Amino acid sequence: MAGLERVVGEHPFFAGLPAEYSQLVAGCARNHRFAAEQYLFHEGEPANEFFLVRHGKVALEIHSPGRPPIVFGTLGEGEIVGASWLIPPYRWTFDARAVEVTRAIGIDAACLRRKCEADHHLGYEMMKRLLPVFVKRLHATRLQILDVYGKS
Amino acid sequence: MAEAPVLDPFVPQLYRIEDVRRELSDIVTLQLRPMVGTRPPFDPGQFNMLYVFGIGEVPISMSGDRRQAAFVHTVRDVGAVSGAIARLDVGATIGVRGPFGTSWPVGVAEAADVVIVAGGLGIAPLRPAIYEVLANRKRYGRVVILVGSRNPKDLLYRSELEDWRRRLDVDIEVTVDHADADWRGNVGVVPGLIPRAAFEPRDTVALVCGPEVMMRFTVNALREAGVAPERIYLSMERNMKCAIGLCGHCQFGPTFVCKDGPVMRYDKIADIFAVREL
Repeated sequence: MAGLERVVGEHPFFAGLPAEYSQLVAGCARNHRFAAEQYLFHEGEPANEFFLVRHGKVALEIHSPGRPPIVFGTLGEGEIVGASWLIPPYRWTFDARAVEVTRAIGIDAACLRRKCEADHHLGYEMMKRLLPVFVKRLHATRLQILDVYGKS
Repeated sequence: MAEAPVLDPFVPQLYRIEDVRRELSDIVTLQLRPMVGTRPPFDPGQFNMLYVFGIGEVPISMSGDRRQAAFVHTVRDVGAVSGAIARLDVGATIGVRGPFGTSWPVGVAEAADVVIVAGGLGIAPLRPAIYEVLANRKRYGRVVILVGSRNPKDLLYRSELEDWRRRLDVDIEVTVDHADADWRGNVGVVPGLIPRAAFEPRDTVALVCGPEVMMRFTVNALREAGVAPERIYLSMERNMKCAIGLCGHCQFGPTFVCKDGPVMRYDKIADIFAVREL
């Protein structure tokens, strides 16, 4: 656990998190190693766990019948994979595939939600970290859908 | 290279197209040689007015190495004149006025880290600066090149990007807006690469070129990373006609993009950069 607590504390997403909260989060964490082409999760599956990438690269994909999957984003070292664990019905809305060997910390979503519910200060610390990530991704998505490199 | 005599900036000089390279279905790179004498010198970031006789004239940035004897221009077919240029063959004659405008601050950037951010065709005006930095690599700190494209097949200068990637003294990242699962690189917008890049923000000079929306997001990401506004340079694009600051077509607030630009320091235009009427 001490090792995981250190790994959690050192991840950029948790930078500045008070030690007692690192300990609480580490209690919900485990290490993962995904081989290249291995899926972290698939669309429609329960979002029971989210991931903090330590090394490697993860492609976010959407499938449509009869067509190859479309990759709409990649995430790498220091980034967080997955938001669906935060909001009901807690199911993934896309696939996540390791592009190369990827090491990540998996956080048990139900465990962390429970701890955040019990200690709102921890919940606020989590929100302060999650919200900027998702707002930046929303802004990036807006830029992405503008198709700025196409002929105007 | 001997300097050409001072020429009337309004009179196009005759150049012959000595090479045409089709980069993408709507983008070509042309090499132009003067029919008389040698081409005038230029600095990375400057542009020429290219004149297709009987059709019209457009401003096109230099995209080649300034050590090369020819002018090199990469042109996208987006209208009557650029379409006519893109259809020219080897041996055709074209009118050239220039070089005009300001240049990338490759001298100012010496000893600093250099972050070059290109979106789409924006890599063309940046390529002469990249050649310059790489030719004098020891004079710079870290060199980071971030390139954004619509998708992998629209990636411009792909083989050159791969050559640069093989160098151990350059960090290069390419990202595309969309890809299929065969693409091994990044997917996402080019400003998203900035937080992942390794450079010392307080000692960095950033050169940015691409669609204006992309440049606005990139400036925000650079500012957030800690790069000072006076160390960010953008290549602006407006409707240029005379190219010497007389006609006013390219007026951008109190400046003229043809004369005070196209390369502009961000802190000098920050107040007007996001004003939509300009």
